[in-house]
Amino acid sequence: MLSGTRNLKPETRNALSFLTSIQRNSELAVVLEGISKLFGRFAALHDLSATFPAGRLYALLGENGAGKTTLLRILAGLSLPTRGKVRVLGGVDPRAERARIGYMAHATLLYDELTARENLEYFRSLYPERQKMRNVDALLDSVGLARVDTKRRVSQYSQGMKQRLALARAMLQSPELLLLDEPFSNVDVASVSAMAGLLGDLRDRGATLVVITHQAEALAGVADEWITLRSGTIMKREASPGGKSTSMGNER
Amino acid sequence: MSLARTLALHLRKDLRLEWRSKDAANSMLFFALLVVVIFSFAFDPLAEESRHIAGGIAWVAFLFATIVALNQSWARELRNQVLDALRIAPAPANALFLGKTIANFIFVGIVEALMTPVFVVFYNLRVVGSGWQLVLVAALGTWALVVNGTFFSALSLRTRNRELMLPLILFPISLPALLGMVLATTNILTGERSPADWIKLLSVYDVVFTTVCLLLFEIVLNAE
Repeated sequence: MLSGTRNLKPETRNALSFLTSIQRNSELAVVLEGISKLFGRFAALHDLSATFPAGRLYALLGENGAGKTTLLRILAGLSLPTRGKVRVLGGVDPRAERARIGYMAHATLLYDELTARENLEYFRSLYPERQKMRNVDALLDSVGLARVDTKRRVSQYSQGMKQRLALARAMLQSPELLLLDEPFSNVDVASVSAMAGLLGDLRDRGATLVVITHQAEALAGVADEWITLRSGTIMKREASPGGKSTSMGNER
Repeated sequence: MSLARTLALHLRKDLRLEWRSKDAANSMLFFALLVVVIFSFAFDPLAEESRHIAGGIAWVAFLFATIVALNQSWARELRNQVLDALRIAPAPANALFLGKTIANFIFVGIVEALMTPVFVVFYNLRVVGSGWQLVLVAALGTWALVVNGTFFSALSLRTRNRELMLPLILFPISLPALLGMVLATTNILTGERSPADWIKLLSVYDVVFTTVCLLLFEIVLNAE
């Protein structure tokens, strides 16, 4: 909310809040223009164009080999497209915006020999001091790991616990764009529900989320849009019935 | 974010990981000890000749130890794809490189310190030249190996046979340094010639290759 609005009438303040929310949603978090990614002669992505308005949660679906992970790596700046342009958070180079991007891969991106806290504190310290960072205790609490023995190393965690810790690592820097590659794999039902709620909260606070999942039901009621990839192109894109609706962009 | 602070972070993390896993330490010590013992079987270590070849044997042992340390150095970052998390973090890439190089320098330095008494006993050595020069040559020579090794180890990360690729790339590029460290060590042990020229060569080699590696590391780190 804008500063200096405290003295306004509640109706005016609500209207302002509504306008701010519209403005936020009208901004584009991601713009893809004719993206192709070739691995030798194999095209993982083929002439893909799309826009992702900010402040929404996108569920990315598709069979194995559809190009989902490749797309996520390009958005994270870990991979460059062979052809086409990517704009992330207003910048032409995702690598330049990496402090504002959170990324959770299929692997945990964690050191097995360190404890959860040591991992989070290490990665937290790699961000500029001026950047708003999440509190490690609060973060561990949010993914349900606050009560785990603090001396326990990540190698002694179950796969589900590692997944939750990986999510906490991706959220460390309060990212504006959070990219998650199958965050719910190997996670028990109760934790899936809690994690989905957490992702919904992040979206409500203004973050844009792109979540790859094979467990579509986990994001039911949370995702704003469902995007299905097949053979490196977007086959289907639809808004959730109760989700925030925007134009579908220019995807194929 | 300051380079020194980030460097210290990476260094502390690498030391902590090695302390807990002992991935490199055990293999390094075993290899170095193996070389020392096997060479001592091959000739009479009490002979005067051993003083002339001990420098070469010592560096062969340390070279093997260095290769082991270097292979483990980046392997840690490949497990669970942690390297991707480092690539996406906005910290300076050179801090990561220098942190790893200094960590490797410490690991190899510890092995050298532990192996020196073993050398002295097995080869009946007595330093004829200056002891401080021996320490200087050891430091410059070790830095030459680890700075190139850390760089080329990162370069060969995405190759299929990276453990084979590293020595194949590292040995030819390290030849001038190897020549310098072996001859300088021999000169100090025998006291026959001054090692000054070889120490200068090692110093120049270290400065040049450290600069080149620092300039190119970010490209190597972000290569697909």
